[in-house]
Amino acid sequence: MPSLGADMDAGTLVEWLIKPGDDVHHGDIVAVVETDKGAIEVEIFDDGTVKSLEVPVGAKVPVGTVLARIDGKGEEKAPEAKPARAAPPPEPQPPAPVPPVAKPKPAAKAPAHVGEGVRASPVARKRAQELGIDLSGVEGTGPEGAVTLKDVEQGGPAAAKAPPKTAVARGIKPADMRKAIAAAMARSNREIPHYYVSLDIELTALSDWLAAENGARPVQDRLLLIAPMLKAVALALKEVPELNGQWQGERFVPMSDVHMGVAIALRGGGLIAPAIHGADQMRVGSLMAGLRDLTNRTRKGGLKSSELSDPTFTVTSLGEDSADSVSPIIFPPQAAILGLGAIRRRPWVHDDGLVVRPIVTATLGADHRVSDGRTGGRFLRFLADLLQEPSKL
Amino acid sequence: MTPDDLMATVKHALYDVAPELEDEDLAADRPLRDQTELDSMDFLNLAIAIHDATGIDIPEADYPKLQSLDDIVGYLGTKLH
Amino acid sequence: MATITYRDAIRAAMREALTNDPRVFLMGEDVGKYGGSYACSKGFIEEFGPDRIRDTPLSESGFTGAGIGAALGGMRPIVEIMTVNFSLLALDQIVNNAATIRHMSGGQFSIPLVIRMATGAGRQLAAQHSHSLEVWYAHIPGIRVVAPATIADARGMLAAALADPDPVVMFEHATLYGAEGDLPDKPPPVDIDRAAVLREGTDVTLITYSGSVPKALEAAKTLAESGIEAEVIDLRTLRPLDDETIMASVSKTHRAMIVDEGWRTCSLAAEISARITEQVFYDLDAPVGRVCSAEVPIPYPRHLEMAATPQPETIVAAVRKLVGVDE
Repeated sequence: MPSLGADMDAGTLVEWLIKPGDDVHHGDIVAVVETDKGAIEVEIFDDGTVKSLEVPVGAKVPVGTVLARIDGKGEEKAPEAKPARAAPPPEPQPPAPVPPVAKPKPAAKAPAHVGEGVRASPVARKRAQELGIDLSGVEGTGPEGAVTLKDVEQGGPAAAKAPPKTAVARGIKPADMRKAIAAAMARSNREIPHYYVSLDIELTALSDWLAAENGARPVQDRLLLIAPMLKAVALALKEVPELNGQWQGERFVPMSDVHMGVAIALRGGGLIAPAIHGADQMRVGSLMAGLRDLTNRTRKGGLKSSELSDPTFTVTSLGEDSADSVSPIIFPPQAAILGLGAIRRRPWVHDDGLVVRPIVTATLGADHRVSDGRTGGRFLRFLADLLQEPSKL
Repeated sequence: MTPDDLMATVKHALYDVAPELEDEDLAADRPLRDQTELDSMDFLNLAIAIHDATGIDIPEADYPKLQSLDDIVGYLGTKLH
Repeated sequence: MATITYRDAIRAAMREALTNDPRVFLMGEDVGKYGGSYACSKGFIEEFGPDRIRDTPLSESGFTGAGIGAALGGMRPIVEIMTVNFSLLALDQIVNNAATIRHMSGGQFSIPLVIRMATGAGRQLAAQHSHSLEVWYAHIPGIRVVAPATIADARGMLAAALADPDPVVMFEHATLYGAEGDLPDKPPPVDIDRAAVLREGTDVTLITYSGSVPKALEAAKTLAESGIEAEVIDLRTLRPLDDETIMASVSKTHRAMIVDEGWRTCSLAAEISARITEQVFYDLDAPVGRVCSAEVPIPYPRHLEMAATPQPETIVAAVRKLVGVDE
């Protein structure tokens, strides 16, 4: 059972798409799992033949539970949140027994909730899940602050409620998603010491380049401004690895691969930020295609488990008719997030004179335990410089 | 195609991109941006859907002309004749 | 209904067995002319004669081996080893013969033997005579181990033990012999397979056996005054353990405290704790607790002997800490 979020303890297996005897390949979708973020497709990372299905449909099992056994590489299919897969989609990665790891090599990842740090008795944890209560919001009265059953049942003063489990249905339920995201955001804001740095970036070169590109491209290949921006962000992150990676247990692990989380607005409200894997190695056109695909699947259902668990950095953009800047909240277990305001024509100094240019305010929110303002500032400077030479993206 | 046909086509393409809009009563003369939460990705998808349905390619430079459903239908009408 | 002592109940059970089945006979040190070191066979030699109530030499290994032989030969002996302390001398017979002969003979032979032993501390008999080694026997496949703690069980368990075709070791806590209780004139039969819930509760499960049972019940009464309702389980059978009863209770109360007069290290309490973790971990609201004897040879002076063994006060204190009322 994969971990699809830092606060996920268990998931319900709602559909098997394979049966014993089937051949499976890296990247195949093999099951659908229901979480409080909706129904997520689970993919497999190995080639082989399905030997047995270990968890029946309808069963709710803790993260890390073996769901099925595959003969082939002799490996268990237990797609825990893998922080790095250097596979640039859409080309399928050649089969490998172990996904390539980023440097430094992350420790074997335990189920996400073990690293959560909430001391709670087993039955308290169980009851919290049944009631849809976020344990981190419950005050513990047990030994050394452990959360006990009574604490959960009486509800801590700051109990943040996750949505109640609804009937199984494929596809994302926006109301549930919104509540789950709200809970995660509240927790992130509480626990992560954010610092913010901003930079206004001139986008003349980029918008000229984009107009020229799109003029030459058929409509279905056209790029949105965000696509080259994402590429620039990915390249800038390679210069500043402290901003790119995931917390694992008690430490932050910086990663060389960039799995770019892109915040996508859900219909009816709420934001989800699934990853485009290996964004640093994709051409801008592929990034655009990946973004379109991700957006479609986010809004219509069909996100993959790895897309939710793998982002190493997130970009959120306000859109055209909006505020000048945004100070976003980090999506745990990441350590940074970039917020882009609306692109507006504004006064700008050029050669000691005043001109009018398209400007975007980029605001980096980052985890002060991992980096500081100077690092953030360096990142923004790299980003600004990269955006002045869009043909090199 | 008559303007009514074009409107139906455009609406069909729109509902393809944003199914939740099918139940809403959209004013044809008011900007879509004011009535919906469509973002730039949605508009791009709409342009693609319209291209698939009508064969008409809407260059990026023309996007600002297409604020409302009536604007889109009018624009497409001129392109067809 | 009559009020009798535990000792009376044991005696009545043996009398009934000797009366109903001519294969049954009693053997041990001082069981005949002396009437039993704990008076459990008082009057028997007069009633049943020296062939059936046999005084043995001071050789546990010898007479336990003879008992095994008699059982092999078709008798139903009750071997009384004065206390578990002396049974150490008969361990080889019990562990290597009684426990294994059915297995090693491929099922051709069985040993329908009952060994009764007194056990435990509390009578100032000092280090060599105060052991609670039930767990050593509970460790051995091939034998059953029971520990009657109530009058009803003292009266009824022997019949069930004699009916078992395999060896049964029965532990009688030395401090229980004088305990009084009511028993119906026609006592119903009891089994030796299940644990018993002696007191129902909701906040913690006290799991115990033998001489600690009355202490746990007393502790439960005291705890109830503070609003802590303890469920008390008398294990009754130590091998095999009745997991079903234990786990049903712990999953209800979410807390377990095991009271075991054996020493804490490698105790029966440790085994039960492991089983609780294995079977109902996700229902636990607190770690499994144990109240056991201190890791010392049992002292002779009364106040030290009391301090070294579980008492109602120490059980109450441990439960209060487990539940979180006290630090």
